[in-house]
Amino acid sequence: MRDNSELITDIYRSIVREVLSDYAGHQWPLIPVLQKTQQRIGYIPPQCVRLISQALGPSPVEIQGVISFYEQLRDTPRGRTVIRTCRGTACHVRGGPEVMIRLRDILQISEGETTADLAYSLESVACVGACGLAPNVLVDDEVHGRMTPQKIEQLLQDREEEEPW
Amino acid sequence: MVTPHRVLVCHETPCVARGAVGLHAAFRREIDRLGLDHVSLEISGCHGHGLCSQGPSVVVEPSGFFYNGIQPPDAEVIVREHLSGGRPVQHLFHRDPVTGRTAARYADVDFFRRQRRVALRNCGRINPEKIEHYVDRGGYGALQLVLSTMRPEDVIELVEDSGLRGRGGAGFPTGRKWRFARRSSSDVKYVVCNADEGNPGAFTDRSVLEGDPHAVVEGMIIAGYAVGARRGYLYIRAEYPLAVRRVQKAIEDARDKGFLGSDLLGSGFSFDLEIKEGAGAFVCGEETALLASIQSRRGMPRPRPPFPTDVGLGGKPTVINNVKTLAFVPVIVDRGPGWFSSLGTPQSAGTAVFALTGNIRYSGLVEVPMGTPLAEIIDIGGGIPDGRKVKAVHTGGPAGGSLPADRLDAPVDYEALQELGSTMGSGGMLVLDEDACMVDVARFFMDFACSESCGQCAPCRLGTGQMVRILTRIATGRGAREDLVLLREVADTVKHASLCGLGQTCSNPVLATLEYFKEEYLAHIREGKCPLGVCEVRASVRPGEQGREFQPGGLPAGGVGANLKGGCP
Repeated sequence: MRDNSELITDIYRSIVREVLSDYAGHQWPLIPVLQKTQQRIGYIPPQCVRLISQALGPSPVEIQGVISFYEQLRDTPRGRTVIRTCRGTACHVRGGPEVMIRLRDILQISEGETTADLAYSLESVACVGACGLAPNVLVDDEVHGRMTPQKIEQLLQDREEEEPW
Repeated sequence: MVTPHRVLVCHETPCVARGAVGLHAAFRREIDRLGLDHVSLEISGCHGHGLCSQGPSVVVEPSGFFYNGIQPPDAEVIVREHLSGGRPVQHLFHRDPVTGRTAARYADVDFFRRQRRVALRNCGRINPEKIEHYVDRGGYGALQLVLSTMRPEDVIELVEDSGLRGRGGAGFPTGRKWRFARRSSSDVKYVVCNADEGNPGAFTDRSVLEGDPHAVVEGMIIAGYAVGARRGYLYIRAEYPLAVRRVQKAIEDARDKGFLGSDLLGSGFSFDLEIKEGAGAFVCGEETALLASIQSRRGMPRPRPPFPTDVGLGGKPTVINNVKTLAFVPVIVDRGPGWFSSLGTPQSAGTAVFALTGNIRYSGLVEVPMGTPLAEIIDIGGGIPDGRKVKAVHTGGPAGGSLPADRLDAPVDYEALQELGSTMGSGGMLVLDEDACMVDVARFFMDFACSESCGQCAPCRLGTGQMVRILTRIATGRGAREDLVLLREVADTVKHASLCGLGQTCSNPVLATLEYFKEEYLAHIREGKCPLGVCEVRASVRPGEQGREFQPGGLPAGGVGANLKGGCP
């Protein structure tokens, strides 16, 4: 019987192959390929870096350099739900930091971290441009405006009740 | 005969966040249920009334009746009474939250009435996903005129005559940039639209892309014709998924209509566009970093010269223009360079678009002629809420400066703002009231610059970190008077010794606050705390000095996924 890791590598291989074929013939495909791979898997596992390196040419180190440079690209798994507070200027002066403090208390993790059960990741995001609603919090890709520490707590509670993990 | 009505439900990011999609569905159901053939239901970009915080907003054309902050059940009432019965629903009209006055038509809203909308000409008036709407309002007319009657040199001359300058912040004359690229001899050239609007608090480019994507597409095609490029890229930041979708649709529709592709409108000129999505790095707004990023490399700036108009994508001449700059181009062709230059000041032609945010009554997009005093823009925004006073206005984001209340007679104009130690920037305008702490503001921008520094050159990498440390020390009441001397020294060094625009401008918020609000720094030092009680809370979120430490093994401390993307050490 094949062990799990081999099975996973096979799955990754077929995903990477599909992604690469979408960008065949493209000029400068590396970043789009990484974005698409992350979209499919949730992050960019090291196995994929090696496969992409073999297909496109840049060394795994170079690819790792690209991943670490960009905020969006990640080489570690994220939570099923990603909560991001906007760190734009308007959000900052209208109470965004206080919302972040409450989120850290509730989730017991710091910015950039993921809960041990992989339920939540807590991040901040560069301005989402919905400054009229400041401060903003993104739950996955949904913008929740005019946040307060109380409202974010309520929002998380409501979600837990809706879809308990 | 029944007058045809068009219902425009704003589908920009803030209105979507406040339930615009459900509202649109409610309108759809009720219109279908009553079988109203004379009503077309559309989505639109921002209507521009400065009321994004109270959306979703709905405009009923042709009369421009304006409903705001309404819910799905209200949609049923509007469809029944107004669209079917011909009786506008007064109690659902927009009511000013401050004055309590009702505005039946959006043209009656002061915030909108006092603007001069050129770059935003179509935002809120058309469905950005329908090319016919853009064409109905004269869209692609400029392209046809250019391709059928003008030589590339004529186009460049026209743009030069208009006085158009880059709206990304630096204000370089657009026509001259195009001329440089035209002169570079190469078989391949590119046009790039810089839509990496990373400046926190600015959303002017997002609004144009979401509300009127064809204006940018048309501007890019004309730019391509002028410089001799056959291919263009729109570099749109990852944080703007809706803008990406709208532009993608615009490109496909333009292709279907023959505005993109080969032999455009029988002219022999071929041009096509592609979107490149950013991956979340502020520095990629710098043009050479942007080029590196399009080519799938780390977005690191390089020294200039050579300028991208000589050595750009793949080593080929490349013109890089901001979203708004390109959106102006079709209007300039349509209405003539003289018309455009007559708006604004002799040095700064045309209009300026700002995203007005912060402690202001109405937050939103404001477009005014260049030369308009800052105070007038604050006034258009309804002033400061709750009877408080304005303390400062910050333009230009991390590259800009805060001007105090007694300098608000300054006109928005590239040179005038620069002389005062601020900058036009790419469109952010943050209004701060008396409760804002200017040390916190300086620290906010420096923390931003520090975490976004690419790390390549020492002045920026180390200097921004040092400034965050000093500012944190002062903010948390542990600063000394000497720290102000040190702060200025580091700020000057970073400004003069950094490689790219990020480093060269990121000291501005510090230098401007030291110039105009030195007393606040001194008060922190004297009292051993933030007099307004703001800094302590904020500093605990982005701890700066006491934050994460580098670990010798190379990995930063922290849990799963923690790395330096999260903030400065």
